Amino acid sequence: MAHVLVVTSGKGGVGKTTSAAALGAALARGGERVVVIDFDVGLRNLDLVMGAERRVVYDLIHVIQGTAKLSQALIRDKRIDTLFLLAASQTRDKDSLTDDGVERVIRELRPSFDWVICDSPAGIERGASLAMRHADFALVVANPEVSSVRDSDRIIGLLDSTTEKAKNGEPMEKYLLLTRYDPVRAGRGEMLCVDDVLDILCIPLLGIIPESKEVLNASNTGTPVTLSNPTSAPARAYNDAARRLKGELVPLVVPSDKNTLLNKLFGRRAA
Amino acid sequence: MRLMDLFGRQRSARAAQHRLQVLLMHERSAGGRADLIPILREDVLAAIGKHIPVDSDKVQVRVERGDGVSLLEIDIEISNLTQRILERRTSAFGLGQTGPR
Repeated sequence: MAHVLVVTSGKGGVGKTTSAAALGAALARGGERVVVIDFDVGLRNLDLVMGAERRVVYDLIHVIQGTAKLSQALIRDKRIDTLFLLAASQTRDKDSLTDDGVERVIRELRPSFDWVICDSPAGIERGASLAMRHADFALVVANPEVSSVRDSDRIIGLLDSTTEKAKNGEPMEKYLLLTRYDPVRAGRGEMLCVDDVLDILCIPLLGIIPESKEVLNASNTGTPVTLSNPTSAPARAYNDAARRLKGELVPLVVPSDKNTLLNKLFGRRAA
Repeated sequence: MRLMDLFGRQRSARAAQHRLQVLLMHERSAGGRADLIPILREDVLAAIGKHIPVDSDKVQVRVERGDGVSLLEIDIEISNLTQRILERRTSAFGLGQTGPR
């Protein structure tokens, strides 16, 4: 039975889609069966980040409306055969996303996958609310920046009040993924440091993803960063986070591309 | 090292530009016909369904959108039973025979 995980943030542009794709690919490369669902109806981008934009025939809305079967809408990744994508509709109204429909899709996916990763749209409206509603736990993606942390706090409030788990009186597990982190600037006091963010949000930390040019390189080519350059700092950070999701104890460090001579000599060549 | 770095980065930016051009060309031209593929699928299935029973669950539709040409693949699984019906019909019409007996 799958773990259903929502990747959410409130604020846009903090790295939800990048993180959903990178973690999904990292888990799938370890042999887990993973499906990543794009909930951003009207503004889908997960297909582009995962390099499947030319292959989308059916999407989540087709499945919800019964135009296509789930098996017809799942797009298998060309690099890892246990990784699947369920795209969002680019053309439909976001009102076509219904609570019953989303619940049915997730219920149908649970038995055949180990992980169902729901990539939430930004904001707190219908798409975001439905992406989190049926999740077992949440990954809150935040940047060390005031507006992102404020929006994350708002999202944590919604996770605790509007999800099915919350409505059933169960605690909703939430983890923080801090992205675009620059340890040097944080050390100089120019950026909120990890502890500052944790003090405010008060949820456990799943991982710290360092700011890196590899993230843009990866999205340029439509490859999750954990596959495009697995030895790069963000890829190692995402791989560690994926292992923690599976329950492994992995020491929390911020990987860097700059610290070792070996990285300098061979890091780029792995790309 | 610097040169390789530069080269690598240029390559990924060019890849991004190319992927966006192809994607946006398709999205812009789709306009009001965004559901063209489901419509084509229904028409093709209806045409085939006139002759043989088709289980809509046993149909896989794939596309690969390319620069100049896009490929639409429709795989229809025909069961052995359907196959036999088909053979019987074609032989009743005198089709499917290679020559006079």
